[in-house]
Amino acid sequence: MKKLVSTAFASFALLCLSTAALAAPPIKIGALFAVTGPASFLGEPERNTAQMVVDEINKAGGVKGRKLELITYDTGGDATKAVQLANKLVKNDQVVAIIGPSTTGDSMAIIPVVEKAQVPLISCAAGSKITEPVKKWVFKTAQNDGLAVARIYEQLKREKKTKVAILTVSDGFGASGREQLKAQAAHYGIQILSDDTYGPKDTDMTAQLAKIRGSQAQALICWGTNPGPAVIARNAKQLGLSIPVYMSHGVSSKKFIELAGDAAEGIRLPSGKVLVADLLPKNDKQRNSLLAFIKDYQNHFKAEGDHFGGHAWDAVMLLKGAIERGGDTPAGIRNALENTRNFPGIGGVFSYSAKDHAGLTKDAFTLVEVRKKDWVLVK
Amino acid sequence: MELLNQVTQFVISGLATGSIYALIGLSFAIIFNSTGIINFAQGEFVMLGGVLTIFSLNVLHLPLLAAIVVAVAVTTIIGLLFERLAIRPLKNATPLMLIIITIGASILIRGLVMLLWGKDTQALPAFSGTDPISIAGATLLPQHLWIFGVTVLVIIGCRLFFNHTISGKAMRACSFNRRAANLVGISVGRMVLFSFVISAAVGSLAGVIIAPLTMTAYDVGVMLGLKGFCAAIMGGMGSGLGTVLGGLILGTLESLGAGLISSGYKDAIAFFILLLILFIRPQGLFKKGETERV
Repeated sequence: MKKLVSTAFASFALLCLSTAALAAPPIKIGALFAVTGPASFLGEPERNTAQMVVDEINKAGGVKGRKLELITYDTGGDATKAVQLANKLVKNDQVVAIIGPSTTGDSMAIIPVVEKAQVPLISCAAGSKITEPVKKWVFKTAQNDGLAVARIYEQLKREKKTKVAILTVSDGFGASGREQLKAQAAHYGIQILSDDTYGPKDTDMTAQLAKIRGSQAQALICWGTNPGPAVIARNAKQLGLSIPVYMSHGVSSKKFIELAGDAAEGIRLPSGKVLVADLLPKNDKQRNSLLAFIKDYQNHFKAEGDHFGGHAWDAVMLLKGAIERGGDTPAGIRNALENTRNFPGIGGVFSYSAKDHAGLTKDAFTLVEVRKKDWVLVK
Repeated sequence: MELLNQVTQFVISGLATGSIYALIGLSFAIIFNSTGIINFAQGEFVMLGGVLTIFSLNVLHLPLLAAIVVAVAVTTIIGLLFERLAIRPLKNATPLMLIIITIGASILIRGLVMLLWGKDTQALPAFSGTDPISIAGATLLPQHLWIFGVTVLVIIGCRLFFNHTISGKAMRACSFNRRAANLVGISVGRMVLFSFVISAAVGSLAGVIIAPLTMTAYDVGVMLGLKGFCAAIMGGMGSGLGTVLGGLILGTLESLGAGLISSGYKDAIAFFILLLILFIRPQGLFKKGETERV
């Protein structure tokens, strides 16, 4: 009797093993996004998009016949939590790659973790210091702030406007923008006449704007995320500020137009192409990716996909390509990622190299203007 | 000339922001005056006023006036429930405990609003257009006039209520000495409830009229509450006019500081002045020192 039981048990175990061998285990990918907290406007669309893309890939048969498994954690925009969760992904979940986090702070905090564990990271945050200097295991999809600054300065130079006033928000995003605005000014022959800041929760910026109105500035560049820039737009209209106003890509969503109302008219900003996908020329390399992403997002979430979600779309698709070419080991994925050339994504056309893990040029941004509550391309 | 123009603009902008602080400061003072506690959920009443108006306007499709009435009424009921459910059941609680409870309530209200209406900032349309009005080279918006007007009405209302009605006088009596007030037949519990109701109504009204300017989201209450609290402290937490002057001074200094010194130190200037007042005149700028009669 005892023998019978043990035989049955052994054959059962064998059976289990053989079925496991037949269906290859899924490839585990970690994801860290700030779904809650102050950066949730980034983390939420990113999480939604990442899950959507992974589901689509699996529905289409996975990558080389193997399914992807996305393990998502919420950092809440807290760097300490991001480090704990990154460790958890690496040690407990044993993921082959990590996408996210959403913010520059979170990304910088977990870089030592992924470098030590030798797991590739594709960050969805914008800070240029994430990939400068180049770290072996760290890539990013979000456009560097510096590229947006370059796009604005290029336009100003073309219009022969050389004196500007800058007004930046006193948080990480604004500080990074301010740094870039000051660093690149000389290169484009631009002089910053006044350098002001405002608090992220401030409700009235007329004082700063009155000061700018009194200066000789020929354009105002404002760097912030909603709702600050909307308040600035309204205040500028109240004061009758006549110089052109440029905003950052931090407000490149319909929400800004909705909040600023009539005051948004004529404001220009650099934006990822997702905002104006339907206005792009037919031969634009990114056009197909953009339209696919927008349609998918609309079907799943009944909302317009924005470029924040686009960062996650790019990260998953780049990863998919890397797994196809480099296999499912962290080292293989890293090498394949570094060799990615001319991949048309949402944020731009990515070409990574050993010297560049950000992969984009300033063509990733296009300059748009608000006209009649909608975007038009600035020619 | 240019500088003079700028300074006029700074002062006018400052007065406009200051009257928002003053209105919120007043609603702090109302509760403090009858209970001796500082209600840190006050900023949340302000936020509720704005958020509920937008909800009634956009989702329930009510006309603006009805939306405002609904928002103020609902917030007032929330204030009433807050007092009944969180403040009243605690017999013999020290003011410190009550203050901590109000902080807890503020976090709860903020969280609930975030879950119910999301995290997005929303704007309310301006009551009477957005065409700027020019005064002596400076400009302000019609909405600012609404804020000035409502502030003046609330001050007059408070003054009449607290000095000329039995209920108002009874509420002041409670703040001076609860026990004595109880002995002369004033129902202290009811007065405390009253103060929460009035202050929730004033707070939410402030939230409604500032929403077209400052826009609103689940977390706007924190900073506005803090600034209103500063205004109330500057005014000595009591006298209606003192709080209003406190708010106006705070707003003007902020604006002048941002314009003439450095916008980076705007909040630092405001809070530095608050600390200075707390050190030098802890009883407030416009209040005579307390005298103890033996």
